[in-house]
Amino acid sequence: MPSLPLFKRSAPQWPDYLARRADEARDPRVAEFFATSQLAPETPIAEAPLVAMDMETTGLDERRHAILSIGLVPFSLSRIRLAERRYWLVRPPRPLVRQSVAFHRITDSEIEHAPDLDEILDELLAALAGRLVVVHYRHIERPFLDAAVKSRRDESLRFPVIDTMSLEARIHRQSLWARFRRWMGRPPVSIRLHNSRERYGLPPYQGHHALIDALATAELLQAQIAARHQPGTPIGQLWS
Amino acid sequence: MDIELLEIREQLARFAPFDGLSDAHLDSVAGRIEVGYFKAGSDILQLGDSIEDLHYIRSGAVEIFWRNGELYNRLSEGDIFGHYSLLRSRKVHFPAKALEDTLIYFIPGDVFRELCDQDEHFADFVEFGRTRLKAAVEEQHKSNDMMMTRVRKLVSRRPLMIEESASVQELAQRMNEENVSSALVLSMAEGDPRYQFSDPDGQSWTLKGIVTDQDLRNRVLAEGRSVSTRVSEIVSSRLISVQSDESVHEAMLSMLRNNVHHLPVLYRRRPMGVLHLSDIIRYETHSSLYLVSNIFHQPDALGLARLKPDVREAFVRMVEEGANSHMVGSALSTIGRSFTRRLLELAEEELGPPPVPYCFMALGSMARNEQSIVTDQDNALILDDRFDPAQHDEYFATLAKRVSDGLDACGYSYCKGDVMATNRQWRQPLAVWKDYFSEWIDQPRPEHLLHSSIFFDLDSVHGEEAFVEQLQDLVARKASQSPLFLAAMARNALGRTPPLGFFRTFVMEKDGKQNNTINIKRRGTAPMVDLIRAHALACGSRAQNSFERLDDIAKTQLLPAGTGDKIRYAFEFLSIVRIRHQAIDLQEDREPDNNIAPGNVSDSERHHLKDAFQLLSNAQKFLKFRYPMPSRR
Repeated sequence: MPSLPLFKRSAPQWPDYLARRADEARDPRVAEFFATSQLAPETPIAEAPLVAMDMETTGLDERRHAILSIGLVPFSLSRIRLAERRYWLVRPPRPLVRQSVAFHRITDSEIEHAPDLDEILDELLAALAGRLVVVHYRHIERPFLDAAVKSRRDESLRFPVIDTMSLEARIHRQSLWARFRRWMGRPPVSIRLHNSRERYGLPPYQGHHALIDALATAELLQAQIAARHQPGTPIGQLWS
Repeated sequence: MDIELLEIREQLARFAPFDGLSDAHLDSVAGRIEVGYFKAGSDILQLGDSIEDLHYIRSGAVEIFWRNGELYNRLSEGDIFGHYSLLRSRKVHFPAKALEDTLIYFIPGDVFRELCDQDEHFADFVEFGRTRLKAAVEEQHKSNDMMMTRVRKLVSRRPLMIEESASVQELAQRMNEENVSSALVLSMAEGDPRYQFSDPDGQSWTLKGIVTDQDLRNRVLAEGRSVSTRVSEIVSSRLISVQSDESVHEAMLSMLRNNVHHLPVLYRRRPMGVLHLSDIIRYETHSSLYLVSNIFHQPDALGLARLKPDVREAFVRMVEEGANSHMVGSALSTIGRSFTRRLLELAEEELGPPPVPYCFMALGSMARNEQSIVTDQDNALILDDRFDPAQHDEYFATLAKRVSDGLDACGYSYCKGDVMATNRQWRQPLAVWKDYFSEWIDQPRPEHLLHSSIFFDLDSVHGEEAFVEQLQDLVARKASQSPLFLAAMARNALGRTPPLGFFRTFVMEKDGKQNNTINIKRRGTAPMVDLIRAHALACGSRAQNSFERLDDIAKTQLLPAGTGDKIRYAFEFLSIVRIRHQAIDLQEDREPDNNIAPGNVSDSERHHLKDAFQLLSNAQKFLKFRYPMPSRR
């Protein structure tokens, strides 16, 4: 089923923003991150260095909740390199909200000895630098990281990401086909990570671990590009 | 090893050849894999490309092709490919295409070579490209498989774990809920560093010990303690554990040495399960070794007959563990001989010692050490030359009947051709036997050749081995000197031809007919055995087993170079297909037979079967040419 966007999506003008932030940033590491993250929007996806990122957080609101763990897996369209995986546990500044424990299974005792995000931020930025970040549902990772850096370095940190959930939504939520389904009273197709993966014949993983979810996201993007796009698709058409 | 990779590790460890790797190797592989997705229909490997990694199918299905584009094999989850090319030129020899959407785990070349260097079984598996079924190793032959099997294979469930602050009542309730006889006791306090680990939630624990049903009885009930007693008060301070990749044999020794029945199984320091003595016993009960010793402990024929299901269990397990046909055939023959020998011992206890010495002789597949699970009994009695029918035959007739009836009850049905010691013709003194064999070789008439495929495979089971050896010598000496006999044997070996080919749901015959099943014994393994026997008789071999006969044939110029190896491979393949289909029959509660429906044959099997039948057909043609009828003058 071809996907037909109903309206021209206005992607933010990332190149201008990134160039400006590289000049303005006062924190040397943040400045360096912006300086090395200038990916041209016309770069074919097959040539872009990618990194899948996933976080576990204490909740969904970056103003009230905090990051608990971060998983990164560098990859390209053809290979996901597990050997280069990175995983950090961090200690949130506020005591944990109990109810989230059941969800991601990270407990007080575990993060008691974990570092504050500030201590690993330079490493994290170095691992992200020069790569296009891929997430499933950008409204967690980006704002949380932005808020965390703001509070610690007084710098804003925003950058383009490919959101596999939004790619899935373009097909299953915003296409003519999806509208037709809604009109027929069919329930919308689930675009959660696990359900999206199933549609491409990807195996189930036990979710809710930042590293495994990052791996699952990387695999999903490979599958989405293979099924719906071309290796030559410019990244500017995919990022948000 | 990172907890997050546990899932990948466990996935790999499900299939050969990774299932035999040590935990350390598995970790090292899991941490270094690369992942790639292939849409259905896309190329994974193209002919002549350079190849750097071993390919492992995580999900989906892949087709492998020959150089000329013909389909060679279809693979699915857990299969590997690319090793052949990696081991040779690092150029792709067999192109691969995704049949369904496929996720590949790439195992980098240096990791692959590391495994080949450091793990013999892994190396064997990839070198010989053995199928999962044949992923066994010859060593199992020499040593019992307890030495080989790792403890983790026997652990089927996660352990019940309880904090030491819990009460014994709570413990008993949890054990009851989970229906287990033991629980591991954990403490949050720092303790012995060898037993400290973190759970998936990151909580750090120390394993303090294990509490069993017996402890609840001896330390709570017997001492009149209250149900609110803390678990910490009754846990013994002595902790004996075993690593998950140690052998079952080691675990058993540890239990014996320390006089414990439960062993916590640890992966590094993390508890993976509890091994109970009964797990080992259950495992061992299905092993052929245990079965043999069990046979000799049976007090009567009835007890022997009750072991029939155990024979089938042992057979299925050997197949599941990837034994090759030679191993399965030897084990089943050993079991068959043990039944026979025990029946003879029991009969002698009942009838008294034999009046003259005798040798109870096995014929056919048991003599060749190639017995299958579907078999009838072929046996005979060679008596001392002092044998006097009037005085002694009643004894031997009764002895033969005891054995024959007993074997039938154990699943070795009566021989339809009446080749049994109960038949007076086959219960004769040595001198008569020598006359029989001489006559069969000197005058190879059709009625004499009838028995050739049975009587020319002979071995002693019990009694005076020298009697059988004399017959074997006579055959080896005379047969090779008799062109007429060899030509007749060769003709005889051509009586059963292989089918022309296998197609999706039917078998093509040479006359164009189509059959829905094929008898793999009659059309495959049996003609192969006949063919090998003919060559073996020609070169004066005294071996009875087909593979050993091939070894002897290889020392001569009887066959063109390389042909012997091809025959060996084809015979092994036909045998293992037959064995595997019988194992599947048993697992699905069908009476096993020798019939194979083409629809049940996998694509790769079908391909190899075609090859094997073709090879058999060619070898039969050569046989006719090699032993021509001597011209009459």
